[in-house]
Amino acid sequence: MDIIPALIDGIYQALAPINLALCVIGVIVGLFVGAMPGLGSVNGVAILLPFTFVIQDITGTATSPMIFLAAIYYGAMYGGAISSITLGIPGASTAVATTFDGRPLALKGKAELALVTAAIASFIGATVANVFFTAFAPPLATVALKFGNPEIFALMLLAFSTFIGLGGDDIPKTLISIALGLVLATVGFDIITGEPRLQFGDPFDLFPATAGLIDTTGFSHGIRFLVLAIGVYGIGEMIWTINSTRGEVTMTEANVTFRSVLSAIKQFPKAMKGTMVGSFLGFFVGILPAAGATPGSLMAYGVTKMFSRDKESYGKGNVNGVAAPEAANNSASTGAMLPMMTLGIPGSPTTAVLLAGMVIWGLQPGPLLFSEQPDFVWPLIGSFYVSNLVAVLVNLAFIPVFLWMLRMPFTILAPMIFVLSVIGTYAAYQNMFDVWLMLLFGIGAYLLRILDYPLAPAVLAIVLGPIAEPTMRQSLILSDGSFSIFFTRPISGPIMIVAVILILLPVLNWLRVSMRKSPPV
Amino acid sequence: MRRAELVTAFVLAFFSMYLMWKSGEGPSWNPDIARFDNIGFDETGAPGSGFWPFWLSLVMLLSSIWVMVNWWRRTSPPSQSDAPYMDGYSWRMLLFIGGGLFAFLGVIEWLGFYAGIFLFLIYYLRFLGKHAWRQTLLIAILTPVFCFFFFDVAMRIVLPKGLTEPLFLPLYELFL
Amino acid sequence: MSLSKIIGASALCLTMLGTAGIAQAWEPTKPVDFVIMAGKGGGADKMARLMQSIVEKENLSNRPLVPTNKPGGSGAEALVHMKGVSDPDHTIMVTLNSFFTTPLRQPGLDVDIMKFAPVGRMAEDTFLLWVHKDEGITSFEQFLEQAKSRGKGWVMGGTGKNSEDNIITDHLNEAYGLSIKYIPYKGGGAVAKDLAGQQITSSVNNPSEALGFYESGDVIPLVAFTDERLPMFPDVPTLKETGSDFSYFMQRAVVGAPGMSDDALGYFTDLFSKVYESEAWQEYKSSKSLMGDFMAGSDLTGYWDTQRERHTTILKASGAIK
Repeated sequence: MDIIPALIDGIYQALAPINLALCVIGVIVGLFVGAMPGLGSVNGVAILLPFTFVIQDITGTATSPMIFLAAIYYGAMYGGAISSITLGIPGASTAVATTFDGRPLALKGKAELALVTAAIASFIGATVANVFFTAFAPPLATVALKFGNPEIFALMLLAFSTFIGLGGDDIPKTLISIALGLVLATVGFDIITGEPRLQFGDPFDLFPATAGLIDTTGFSHGIRFLVLAIGVYGIGEMIWTINSTRGEVTMTEANVTFRSVLSAIKQFPKAMKGTMVGSFLGFFVGILPAAGATPGSLMAYGVTKMFSRDKESYGKGNVNGVAAPEAANNSASTGAMLPMMTLGIPGSPTTAVLLAGMVIWGLQPGPLLFSEQPDFVWPLIGSFYVSNLVAVLVNLAFIPVFLWMLRMPFTILAPMIFVLSVIGTYAAYQNMFDVWLMLLFGIGAYLLRILDYPLAPAVLAIVLGPIAEPTMRQSLILSDGSFSIFFTRPISGPIMIVAVILILLPVLNWLRVSMRKSPPV
Repeated sequence: MRRAELVTAFVLAFFSMYLMWKSGEGPSWNPDIARFDNIGFDETGAPGSGFWPFWLSLVMLLSSIWVMVNWWRRTSPPSQSDAPYMDGYSWRMLLFIGGGLFAFLGVIEWLGFYAGIFLFLIYYLRFLGKHAWRQTLLIAILTPVFCFFFFDVAMRIVLPKGLTEPLFLPLYELFL
Repeated sequence: MSLSKIIGASALCLTMLGTAGIAQAWEPTKPVDFVIMAGKGGGADKMARLMQSIVEKENLSNRPLVPTNKPGGSGAEALVHMKGVSDPDHTIMVTLNSFFTTPLRQPGLDVDIMKFAPVGRMAEDTFLLWVHKDEGITSFEQFLEQAKSRGKGWVMGGTGKNSEDNIITDHLNEAYGLSIKYIPYKGGGAVAKDLAGQQITSSVNNPSEALGFYESGDVIPLVAFTDERLPMFPDVPTLKETGSDFSYFMQRAVVGAPGMSDDALGYFTDLFSKVYESEAWQEYKSSKSLMGDFMAGSDLTGYWDTQRERHTTILKASGAIK
């Protein structure tokens, strides 16, 4: 095995002054872009892509530009947690699960604990993933190839099964939330038949007189994750917070010092279980050519909660609930580089842009990349380790800055968050229609929020739905309409069975309890 | 709270019925395809385009009815609560914040993002937040300036300027 | 106050710009909206970002091109956006063949492609028929034999419904009496990967999508849907050689929004002809087996006209339109 010397050589090259500088700049850019709701790593990477052409001209290799973009990708994964915790808005789908416990911690005045836990868990998750990536990349690529449509659908169902536990106690309201998210995800065009669906062409087609009053062609691109997520969290949840606290929100204690950050670091071992679950689960879900890091972070949260003795504390500010999704999304994003580099298929919009970058720099992603382009691959892998270390240090260093932001009076922070929500939605898709839609979703979310409708399942359903639906239908075309295809294939079969059991367990349990309980008179 | 719970369940039930009706719609350029032709399995044996949204909307409808049943049995917390759905403060804040945001988007369509941000921040900071004019103006001016350099210049995401577009041409000349 | 000063100063700048504009040729005064009628990471997106990179690197334009992806509805979203832009002089778009097919399939969009400004055709992408090496098939004749005997068990993956891949599959089914089952995917990369993983039996990927697995020996090309053999695959016959008069290309062209002024059109045609001639573009073109020369102006609109005719015939034959 010549992995170790190759890796050492790779790290050595990644530490070359220009590469190290690119790592540091990339991580800082990524951190801020990731922390800005709506921007996220995909915009950061896409916008700096042309610039990498210049870097390539200077250094003469494709490695340095790739190191730069990978560093942005890394930094943004850390940054995603920051907006989830401090603003309560998940800037990317991968950070939705981080809001479940990160936000309550911040509202309890323990934002620094959540931020530190997220940073360290991210570091451990990415490190575990880096080790796996280094040791097993090419063989793992063949595992990813075994995942066809039925397997990906089974995996999505498994991710959905972890939803059941997320919704709280009210089963019908959770079901409404999931179903609504999945239906909204089908708006736009159906890729299987090419037909338009639910486009509300004239939104009030029940009342023909109003047809054409509003330009609704924006529905043709579907309802995107960020439109719903920013609406629900940036507008709906914010108004709810203002109203339920009468505007008296304290996000963090008055005195955040270097020492209190240090004491938060010392408390990290409590979050070790979530971190470990997230690190391993995240990587293995991440390498599968499906959705990138989102199902990984979700499943990590669900599994950690499932195996916890203290299930009640989740959703109210358990550090494991922050550590698990953060470890998982960092681990999964390293994992997602694998199908991108060795199979040429991107698992997320960001890896899609990285892929475009590789093509622009004259590289051919594919199974031969590792054996034929070692001069590209090993310094890149080396840079993963370097970027990750840089990212955790930069992140920890910036925590006091983010906390300072939270100490602003809420009457200043709140309008800033509203402005950020509006610009962020526009920046994500460059479309005013989406901004209006975001506002409508926000008001609707607030009205439902008062009545305890859980909305996180809808937000996640709109991410997973567009993967689950086509893979289900593609599988059924393959099997001429027989659902047995999901159960008879060697990989999808066991996943399906586990998913079905996980879905049925809480439902049966709930039925048993509710049957015993008689309605109050 | 009790009445709101029931009203919301009815609204959601009607909305899901609308979604079911809408899911069954055939392509507009082919009037020969009947409504609800696409919600089952088609000739290739695979589900049609309306399959997924139609049946999921049905799940939503049934769940809304379930919520109504829980309302009647008084098992869900909102159906037991006597607290008002929204009190005076909540209505006022929803109106001021929600209305402010709608006006904000309207101004964006008309005068562009930067004028919109400026006016919205003045409205919120001065009239809802009761901050001093000095602080209000400082934030209301610095935020759009920062946003211009961050989005338009650094990120190359050109935010719409509406009628104020001509004012920005010299800035493009300088910075882009 | 200060606002009036700003307005005054900018008005001054404006008049200066205005007078300068008369003396010199047209140049963009603000960032150019560079619409991509496909999602991030697809073939069109990669190409658009390469063009943007070349423009930035060679410093060809005084204002940046800002890419925006509008993938909705096989380009419907992008076409409608282009039709309604307020400033056609600063809006250009990268197109695929959905530029022809989407307006035909959705007359309700009310888009007339001949009104778009013909900036320039950058290349034509090619299609090949690919199978997995473990099928043991090495020639097009063996493919026909196998596909015929397996009937519906032969599965073709492709990007989208009634798309380029679907049109080619329909042609194979019709011309050779096959009943290949077609599964629409979201992107060409996923199709190539599923072929390498033997989830499907064949694909009609562009060379750029299948190249990685071709080089590793997982997939092999059987026939090219071009007029002449591709320099990169000299041993792969064209479909025409096997006796069927059929070839199919994907246009990779840049168009301007309807209503673009002649001055602006001249500027962009000049800009993209420089991009076309750049070393980076030529290298990309040859390494990904792209064909076609630069084409602009009335040549390009003439090309669109024939392509639209052709797609009308094809889509009518397959029943996608009436």
